[in-house]
Amino acid sequence: MSNASPKPGARSRLKGVYFHIAMLLVSLVFLAPLVWMLSTSVKPEDQAASGEIHLLPTPPSSVFAQAADNYSAVWNDRTIRFPLYLRNTLIVAILGVVGMTLSSAVVAYGLSRVQWRGRGVVFFLVLATMMIPFPVLMVPLYIIFRELGWTGTLKPLWVPAWFGNAFNIFLLRQFFMTIPPQLDEAARLDCCSHWSIFWRIILPLAKPALAVVALFHFIYVWNDFVGPLIFLTDRDQFTLALGLQLYQSQSGNTPWNLLMAASALMISPLVVLFMLTQRTFVQSASTEGLK
Amino acid sequence: MSVPGQATHSRRSTEQRAARRQVLIGLTWVSPWLFGAGLFVFAPMAMSLYYSFTDYPLLEPPLWSGLDNYKRMFSDPTFLRVVWNTTAYAAVSIPLFTIVALILAGVLAKTGRMSSFYRACVFIPTLVPLIASAMVWMWLFNGEYGLINKLLAMISIRGPAWIVDRNWVLPSMVIMSVWGVGQGVVIYVAAMQDVPKQLYEAARIDGMGTVRQFIHVTLPMISPAILFNVIALTIAAVQVFAVPSVMFRRPDGQNPAGHYYTMYLYENAFVYGNMGYASAMAWMQLLVVLLLTALLLFAGRRLVHYARV
Repeated sequence: MSNASPKPGARSRLKGVYFHIAMLLVSLVFLAPLVWMLSTSVKPEDQAASGEIHLLPTPPSSVFAQAADNYSAVWNDRTIRFPLYLRNTLIVAILGVVGMTLSSAVVAYGLSRVQWRGRGVVFFLVLATMMIPFPVLMVPLYIIFRELGWTGTLKPLWVPAWFGNAFNIFLLRQFFMTIPPQLDEAARLDCCSHWSIFWRIILPLAKPALAVVALFHFIYVWNDFVGPLIFLTDRDQFTLALGLQLYQSQSGNTPWNLLMAASALMISPLVVLFMLTQRTFVQSASTEGLK
Repeated sequence: MSVPGQATHSRRSTEQRAARRQVLIGLTWVSPWLFGAGLFVFAPMAMSLYYSFTDYPLLEPPLWSGLDNYKRMFSDPTFLRVVWNTTAYAAVSIPLFTIVALILAGVLAKTGRMSSFYRACVFIPTLVPLIASAMVWMWLFNGEYGLINKLLAMISIRGPAWIVDRNWVLPSMVIMSVWGVGQGVVIYVAAMQDVPKQLYEAARIDGMGTVRQFIHVTLPMISPAILFNVIALTIAAVQVFAVPSVMFRRPDGQNPAGHYYTMYLYENAFVYGNMGYASAMAWMQLLVVLLLTALLLFAGRRLVHYARV
């Protein structure tokens, strides 16, 4: 007995080592594209397009100078104006995030904390709109925004956010439903209006859920390619997603090191945001599965 | 006798008035969405349904043409090709994505510091905006200087021209979609952590190993999450647009193997100015999405296990 006991222990420890080696390899595979992006972004153009695999430029000591060169070349480019696209994207993101969070919360309140006939019907309609593919709306939205004189401005990209979005309304409604009803009953006895219950009780309690909605919309704006492609006409209004593809479409000779530097710049705010909010982020992404 | 009757009558009418007041309050709260959806969802849907029966070259008013646009699809070779490409992409990428996501989630569902590190590594690619990931993968797939072909050359395999070669377009798209598997992993890990521990204990007492526990306990218990995720993936795959429209653009035009449904719809509307035909394609797409969702839900009724909590 005393002979047999160390054996399975050692075997399971060995199994554990194999498991971690395998998982580290898997992690490496998932991170490799981004590592390679960063590596390319700090090389001179001729070294980026070479047959060998090096993580750092040769000589390795030139890495900081070369990084400074490439990133400042992207930032100061006269034809593909990164800072301008960043500014446009930030305008759309900030105006959109504020509007989306507020309006979705208001609608979710009406669908969870107010008792009224017809609430179920409206909630069903909200859920139903989640299934509609954007291409169905693309052509008429272009025509509507053109009639309003909004094409060629950033308005089509952020104004609709002020009327809520089905998925975010759903998310907040589910959260509001978990807040005990006794809370607002007590508040109503103190003669609080719905508005002050919403503002002083529900919103402060729902901060994590509101943060999730804000985060989702921010990522959505950073990602959106079709919207800007259809509604923006002028290069000066381009967002980052549209600006980035200019590198590739301009000519056959893509400066890969600069393109990778620009991509890294575009990704960095999202990665920073992820680091700051990792907890909420991963938990929130998982709530998508709870429907 | 008449006095209590009157009392009930007046009580009923105050109740009715209160109920009506509640409806007004409720409608006021949801009015932003009602207004926004009316203007940005329902009106556009009605408009595009109407356009789909017209000849509408954008600069001239729409002209009624009946079912012409719908009939035209079936004799349009480009239409048939983009339908085929999109179907093939969905049919290969969704099952593969789901299997990889389930395996990774099964391995990573355990809590622990290393597990959350691995989970973060798998999740980070999903943060990358579509256009940026298209750029990164174009570089990795580059036939001459791409990392993938350089690595293949190390084991003396001559890599294909990936995104340029029409036979390698589908594999390229599938590889990219599996890179974003973190989205599914996170959902499945959350679902797996909600599975009651007693079930695993019971299975262990019955002599089930890890793999059989995964197949007979974990998978049935998380099947609602799988169904939900497969539906979401299907709706997304039918609409794939940004990545292929950047990746498979060649100096001589779009790589025909990398031409997908929504891209062709967009071109019809905004490049060729066939708003009517584009709208008919859009409605066809909506019908297919609804049909696929209904089919999946129907299949789900038989396959999915809903635990009563």
